[in-house]
Amino acid sequence: MRSICLYFQVHQPFRLRTYRFFDIGADHYYYNDYQNKRIARRIASDCYLPANEVLLGLINEFGTAFKVSFSISGTAIEQFKKYTPEVLESFKRLAQTGNVEFLAETYAHSLVGLNDPAEFKRQVHEHAATIKELFGVAPTAFRNTELVYSNSIAGMVLDMGYKTMLTEGSKQVLGWKSPNFLYCSAPHQRLKLLLRNYQLSDDLAFRFSQKDWNEWPLTAEKFVSWLNKVEPKQELVNIFMDYETFGEHQKADSGIFGFLRAFPEQLIKTRKWAFRTVSEVSTDLQPVASIDCPHAISWADEERDLTAWLGNDLQQEAFSSLYKVSGIMADCKDADLHRDWNYLQASDHFYYMCTKWFSDGEVHHYFNPYGSPYDAFLNYMNVLSDFLIRVREYAENFPAAIETTNVRKALKATEKPVSKEKNTTKKEIKAGETVIKKPAKKLAVKAKTK
Amino acid sequence: MFGWEFPPHITGGLGTACFGLTKGLLKHGVEVQFVVPKAYGDESQEAVRLINASDVTVMMNDPVFREYWSQITYMEIGSNLIPYVGPEVFEQMVSENINTKVQESSRVFSERFQFSGKYGHDLMEEVARYALVGASIAANSEFDVIHAHDWLTYSAGVAAKKISGKPLVVHMHATEFDRSGENYNENVYEIERKGMAEADRVITVSNLTRNIVIERYHIDPDKVITVHNAVEPPEKTELLDAEKKVKEKIVTFLGRITFQKGPEYFIEAACKVLERDKNVRFVMAGTGDLMEKMIRRVAKLKISSNFHFTGFLKGENVDRMFAMSDVYVMPSVSEPFGISPLEAMRSNVPVVISKQSGVAEVLNHVMKVDFWDVDAMADAIYGLLHYDSLNTMFVTNGTEEVNNLKWESAARKVADIYESVV
Repeated sequence: MRSICLYFQVHQPFRLRTYRFFDIGADHYYYNDYQNKRIARRIASDCYLPANEVLLGLINEFGTAFKVSFSISGTAIEQFKKYTPEVLESFKRLAQTGNVEFLAETYAHSLVGLNDPAEFKRQVHEHAATIKELFGVAPTAFRNTELVYSNSIAGMVLDMGYKTMLTEGSKQVLGWKSPNFLYCSAPHQRLKLLLRNYQLSDDLAFRFSQKDWNEWPLTAEKFVSWLNKVEPKQELVNIFMDYETFGEHQKADSGIFGFLRAFPEQLIKTRKWAFRTVSEVSTDLQPVASIDCPHAISWADEERDLTAWLGNDLQQEAFSSLYKVSGIMADCKDADLHRDWNYLQASDHFYYMCTKWFSDGEVHHYFNPYGSPYDAFLNYMNVLSDFLIRVREYAENFPAAIETTNVRKALKATEKPVSKEKNTTKKEIKAGETVIKKPAKKLAVKAKTK
Repeated sequence: MFGWEFPPHITGGLGTACFGLTKGLLKHGVEVQFVVPKAYGDESQEAVRLINASDVTVMMNDPVFREYWSQITYMEIGSNLIPYVGPEVFEQMVSENINTKVQESSRVFSERFQFSGKYGHDLMEEVARYALVGASIAANSEFDVIHAHDWLTYSAGVAAKKISGKPLVVHMHATEFDRSGENYNENVYEIERKGMAEADRVITVSNLTRNIVIERYHIDPDKVITVHNAVEPPEKTELLDAEKKVKEKIVTFLGRITFQKGPEYFIEAACKVLERDKNVRFVMAGTGDLMEKMIRRVAKLKISSNFHFTGFLKGENVDRMFAMSDVYVMPSVSEPFGISPLEAMRSNVPVVISKQSGVAEVLNHVMKVDFWDVDAMADAIYGLLHYDSLNTMFVTNGTEEVNNLKWESAARKVADIYESVV
C-alpha cells in the first residue's frame, strides 16, 4: 500500500495593538486583546472545533486506517488556553486516540532558524516541552515555521535529536525529481525529509472554492482519482496545509467539511492507500535520494523563498533590530520580557510588512490586519523600540529587574486574576517612569547619528 | 479644448494639468486647439495651437448668442467663486469692480471682449462671455470633440456642442464641494451640474471625485470615467542637492492655508512629534485665509521656535523647499487629486498624505492617514524620521512609482474616451 500523509499547521499570532511613538517608554503592553480574542473565537467555531470533530469521527469509524499529523505553535496554544480552552480539550481528545502525531516547531512560529542557532534551539525545546505537557508525548519529528528549510537548519534539527523534518517539494530544489518519495538531507543523511506535494495540497488549500477553476467543484471522488493517477512507483503523497483551510480560508458553505469527511473514506475503500503519520512514514519507507539545499526555501508564494518575510528593507531592519538583543534575552529571567520576546518573533509581523502584494499576492492582503505594509512596519517598530529599551534597561540593572519579577510573582500569587493585571501595569509604569526616560533619549540620539 | 489658464500663467494646478494632458494627447496623434480667455503670448505652444478668446469676434446679431446670453447673465457672483485668491485681494477686486460695473454690461455686446483671465469679481460675466466665444469658435472651425476643463469653461463647452452638434467631454478637476465645503455656491453648482448633464462623457480626476459627481450631482455613473492625473518628468535635477541650512530634520506642509488643505491637523501632529523629539523643524509654506489663525495656534502651543511660516512660495523656491525637506505632509480634508505629493516624491522626499485625497488612489509607497487622525499622522512623521528603512523604501519605490504616472498614459485613456463618443 502506498502512503498518504496529512499534516496540518495550526497557528495564531498575538496581533499588536495600535502603538504610537508616544507610547514608547510609557506603555509596555503591546497586544490587541480584543482582536486576538475575537479572531481566536471565530476561528475556533468556524474551523478548529468542527474540523477536529470530523477528524475524531473518522478515527472512531476507521480506527488505525486514518491518521493525521499536526503542529500547533506555542502562541496558538497560549491563545487556546486564554480564549478557547475547548479547542485544546478537543485536540487532547484527538491525541488520546493515538492516531494523531504532534510535531515540534519553534515556539513563537519564528524565523529564528535563519540567524540564531541558540535561540532556535531554545524555542524548539520550549515548544517540545509544551507539547509533551499537553499531549503526553514528546515530539520526534520537526517542522519549521512556514516549512523554511536549508542544509544548516537540517543540521541543527538533527543535533536536537529529531529524525524527520518536513519541507516544501520545491521545484527549485527537486529539479526533475518527484516529491512523492521519502528523501534525506544531503549533508545530514540521518535526517529524513518529507516533501509537500504542492499541486495536490494547493488544490485543496487555495483552489477548492474557486468557481473559475476548471476543476471546480472538487469532489472526494475526483481527488481520489487524481491520487490514483500518481505514478504507481511513487510511494508517498504528502498533503500539507494550514489547518485554517477548513472553514476559514475555504468557508463551510464551499462544502470543505463534507470533503474532509468523504475523501478519507473513499481513499480507504480503494485499499491502495494507507494514511500514515509523519514519523510512521519516516520509519516505514527508505529515502530514495538526498536533497541539497544551501539556500533557505519555504512553502510561500511562487518563488518558495523568504521574500514574503524578509524581502524588503523594512522587514530586514525590523528583523535585525529584534535579534540584536538575543544575547541578553538568552539569560533573561523576566517573565514579561520573555513573553514579549516570543510574541514579537512571530513571522506574521514580518509578513504584514511585505510589499510584494502591491503587484501580485492577494493572499498577503487578505490576512493583513494593517491597511498597508508601511503601517505594519511603523507599528511594529514603535513596539520594538519600547521592547529594546526595556531589554537594555534590564541588562543594565540586572539585580533590580530580578527584584521586580519577584514582586510581580508575589502579586500574581496573592491577587485575583482580574485586578491583578491592572495593578501590575500601573505599578510598572510608576516604577518605570523615572528610569525609562534616560534610555529613550539615548535611543533618539542613536537614531540621529545613524 | 476649453481651459482657463495655461503655463506659465497659472494660479493653480489646472493649467499644469491641461498642459500635461495636451502634450500627452499629441503623442497619441490627437491634435488640440486650446482656448484660453486671455493669452499673454509667451505660453508654451509646443503641443497646442492656443486660441486667445479675446481675439475672437462674436456675431451679436445671431439669435442663438442672444438667447444664450439671456440665460446666463442672471448669475450673480458669490464670495466662494474665487478659489485661488486670498480675502484681501478679493476685497480689492470687489471695490474696483463697483466702479466699473456700469460700463460692463454695455461692453458685453460689443464684438470683442477683453478677458482678464483671472479669478476676479466679474468672473461670472467672463464665464458667460467665454461661452459666446466658445460658440463662435465652434461655428467657425473644424474639430471632432469638445473638451471643457472645470466649471468656468462648461458653458462654453455646452454652447459649442449646441452650435456644432459635436460630442462634449467635460473634465472635473475640482467640484464646488471641494472648493467650498457645504457652503457651496448654487450658481456654480448649477453650471457644473448642467455641464455634466449635457456632456457625453464626464472625466473625473479620482474615484473620490467620481463619487461626488454621481452622488451630489446625480450624473449617470455610466458616463463618468476616472482618469487619474499624472506628473511631468522633472526638467532639472541639480536643484535636488540644495544645501540645508539647519541640522534638524525638516517636515513640510506646502499649499494654500485654507480649510480644504487641513493645516490645523499638521500643526497638531507637529506638536505631538515635538513633545518627543525637539530635533525637528516644521515648515508651513503657502498663504491663505487661515494663515493668521494658524500662526496664533502655533504660538498657543508654544512650538514657534520649531515651526516656521514661509508665506507663498513660487517656482524655484518650491523645488528648493522640497529639496530641503525630510518629510512632506499633505493633510487635506478634501482633495480631488493633489499633485504636490508627486512633486515631493519626485524630489526623493517621503510623503504622508490623507486618505481623503484622490492621489491616495494611485500611490502605494506613501503613508496614508485619515486627515483627522492626528495621532496616526504624528506617528507616520515620527516613523519616517527615525526608522531608516522606511525612508529607503519610499525613496526607491516612490520615485519609481511617480515616474510611472505619465501624462502619456492618462492621455491614452482620454483619447479612448474621445474614440468612444465620436
